[in-house]
Amino acid sequence: MFTILTKKELAPGIKLFEFDAPLIARKAKPGQFVVLRINETGERIPLTIADTKKDKGILVIVVQEVGKSTKLLGTLNQNDSIIDLIGPLGKPSEIEKYGTVACIGGGVGTPEIYPVARALKEKGNKVVSIVGARSKNLLIMEQEMKSVSDELYITTDDGTYGKKGLVTSELKRLIDEGVKIDCIFAVGPVIMMKAVCDTTRPYNIKTIVSLNPIMLDATGMCGVCRVDVGGETKFACVDGPEFDGHKVDFDLLTKRLRTYLKEEKESVDLFNKQSCGCGCKGN
Amino acid sequence: MAKINPKKTAMREQTPQERIKNFKEVPYGYSEGDAVLEAQRCLKCKKPTCIAGCPVEIDIPGFISKIAEKDFKNAIKILKKKNVLPAICGRVCPQEDQCEKECVLVKKMESVGIGRLERFAADWEAASGIVDIPEKHPATGKKVAVVGSGPAGLVFAGDLVQLGHEVTLFEALHKAGGVLVYGIPEFRLPKAIVQREVEYIEKLGVKLVTSFVVGNTQTVDELLQEHDAVFIGTGAGLPWFMNLPGENFSGIYSANEYLVRSNLMKAYLFPEYDTPIVRGKRVATIGGGNVAMDSARTAFRLGAEKSMIIYRRSKTEMPARIEEIHHAEEEGIHFEFLTLPVKYYGDENGWVKEMECLRMELGEPDASGRRRPITLPNSEFRISVDTVVVAIGQSPNPLIPQTTPDLQIAKHGNIIADEKTGKTTKKGVFAGGDIVTGAATVILAMGAGRIAARACDEYLKTGIW
Repeated sequence: MFTILTKKELAPGIKLFEFDAPLIARKAKPGQFVVLRINETGERIPLTIADTKKDKGILVIVVQEVGKSTKLLGTLNQNDSIIDLIGPLGKPSEIEKYGTVACIGGGVGTPEIYPVARALKEKGNKVVSIVGARSKNLLIMEQEMKSVSDELYITTDDGTYGKKGLVTSELKRLIDEGVKIDCIFAVGPVIMMKAVCDTTRPYNIKTIVSLNPIMLDATGMCGVCRVDVGGETKFACVDGPEFDGHKVDFDLLTKRLRTYLKEEKESVDLFNKQSCGCGCKGN
Repeated sequence: MAKINPKKTAMREQTPQERIKNFKEVPYGYSEGDAVLEAQRCLKCKKPTCIAGCPVEIDIPGFISKIAEKDFKNAIKILKKKNVLPAICGRVCPQEDQCEKECVLVKKMESVGIGRLERFAADWEAASGIVDIPEKHPATGKKVAVVGSGPAGLVFAGDLVQLGHEVTLFEALHKAGGVLVYGIPEFRLPKAIVQREVEYIEKLGVKLVTSFVVGNTQTVDELLQEHDAVFIGTGAGLPWFMNLPGENFSGIYSANEYLVRSNLMKAYLFPEYDTPIVRGKRVATIGGGNVAMDSARTAFRLGAEKSMIIYRRSKTEMPARIEEIHHAEEEGIHFEFLTLPVKYYGDENGWVKEMECLRMELGEPDASGRRRPITLPNSEFRISVDTVVVAIGQSPNPLIPQTTPDLQIAKHGNIIADEKTGKTTKKGVFAGGDIVTGAATVILAMGAGRIAARACDEYLKTGIW
């Protein structure tokens, strides 16, 4: 059993949880993830580690409520617990001294890029961060990103905060203004990571992305998370989750992520009905 | 002497029509009367040949004669002396290649149903509700960590705890049992039985820690700081694919994924359970082993209209247990022998829709002694499918080898361990089961666990490596 020590709503539908998980917290490195299972009938869902407080044995994750499991998790509160928390899984980010590194986070990719940016900064890199959100009210972890970045640029799709537009337009602007970027870490929706890679490919800037395919055991035994990297099949759970973005087949990833669309909808509909609050239990 | 029935006493089972609609176990098992009748077929040979066919050397005539005498309590006692998991072995051992193959009756008729009798004795004990907990040796103060709770780990842990050592069993998944839980389906090995055996090991005093990934949560070296010895029984968990064009289309599963979803995650009960599985209408399973049979039969139970086995050799070369092939045939699985998939075609959404295959013929025997399949030129044809399960084998899981630098590994990723002791190249670390041999059987893994337990006990007492 893993107890929730703190729960915070960062934005509508985006929640932060601190779990009491000393063993995992002690080992976790930037870029790694955990798998959690809420209850006995629950599925195993992978979530990237947003932060750790090693001295207190705390593991932090940030969750966007999209599917049944994340919605159910969102209903849990402080002192509630979940039955399984497994990790840390996957290979850590390669934190080296690159020079100037751009850290790009989109949506709930931002909490995932945060520990990476911090580690890169501690390693002595100049960290230029670009954080994107659909709208001002969905922008999260701005202060945290500011604290670990030499420069921070914000974009919103609707222009309610920061620059109007996508993270890629800011990235393109920086490159065109002559900012020499040695390496890029990008975490966010598939479409964003693909766009970042398309932007950087002509400039031949090393671009590392963190992939989020469907996972099951997440220890290398099922292969559902297979992704095509440079024409080779890799298991994101043990070979990744971070890969050279210029080699990733993002279209395949998008298609594979849609495998259970129908079932996911069925699950969410059922959940919404059963938790509709009027006591009807869906009847 | 009364004339011996040339056939094994039949075991009642669900009819094929009935059972392909549910996940309940297929055979019902022997009644007491059936068991006694079958036990009476045993000749109680003065020099029994069957025992040599058993990897854990069960006193087979001994337990069978107790059943013939209706002394079931002592029958199970004799079994458990050598085999802590008889309910499981009675169900999943390939008896026809082991004990039953060596039975003297085989020359003239069907062998004694040793597996069925073993299963009966174990189930009788469970039903009686009285499970004997053997006395343990006095505590030695030594601590042992066991990595992986499959058959090798369970036996190793059970043996060592009885010898007075303090044993902790680590499992990466959220349920103990390894392949017995995630791999073998409910209709062949009910999970309640595995649960019972795991609970028995816990009753013996083994501490179980699930959802703990050794290699990640803690490394073997970290375990060695708190334990006097470590046993690695992490199995053959890495699925093989064929690297065919289109193999990453949606709807193409590894057998591991397909079975983990259905067995461990209970996806067949979706949406009551959250994990989904594709309920394909035309399912092709590639492979000829038990895992392939399990997958093809699971597909039927998930509602497939057609469930096919695609195998590159012929029926005689299939490595699956005879009973599994027989059950698969009865259930209406369609077999495409001498057939090799070479390519997949998908639709615009990336879903598999067709599989291109080649026909094969058998040539000269290869290294395995089986006749090598050779492709026939210009024999391409397509099979329409919406789900494919790749069940062509697994290799050892690399997590531990990767995170334990001084552990020597063989070419295929197996951990190198001495056959007679289970000792690896790293002091204090033992290994056994599929992680050492590559994918094999439950009983062989149990045998390896037992051998390593004996050597580990010796090491803990003497400190000599």
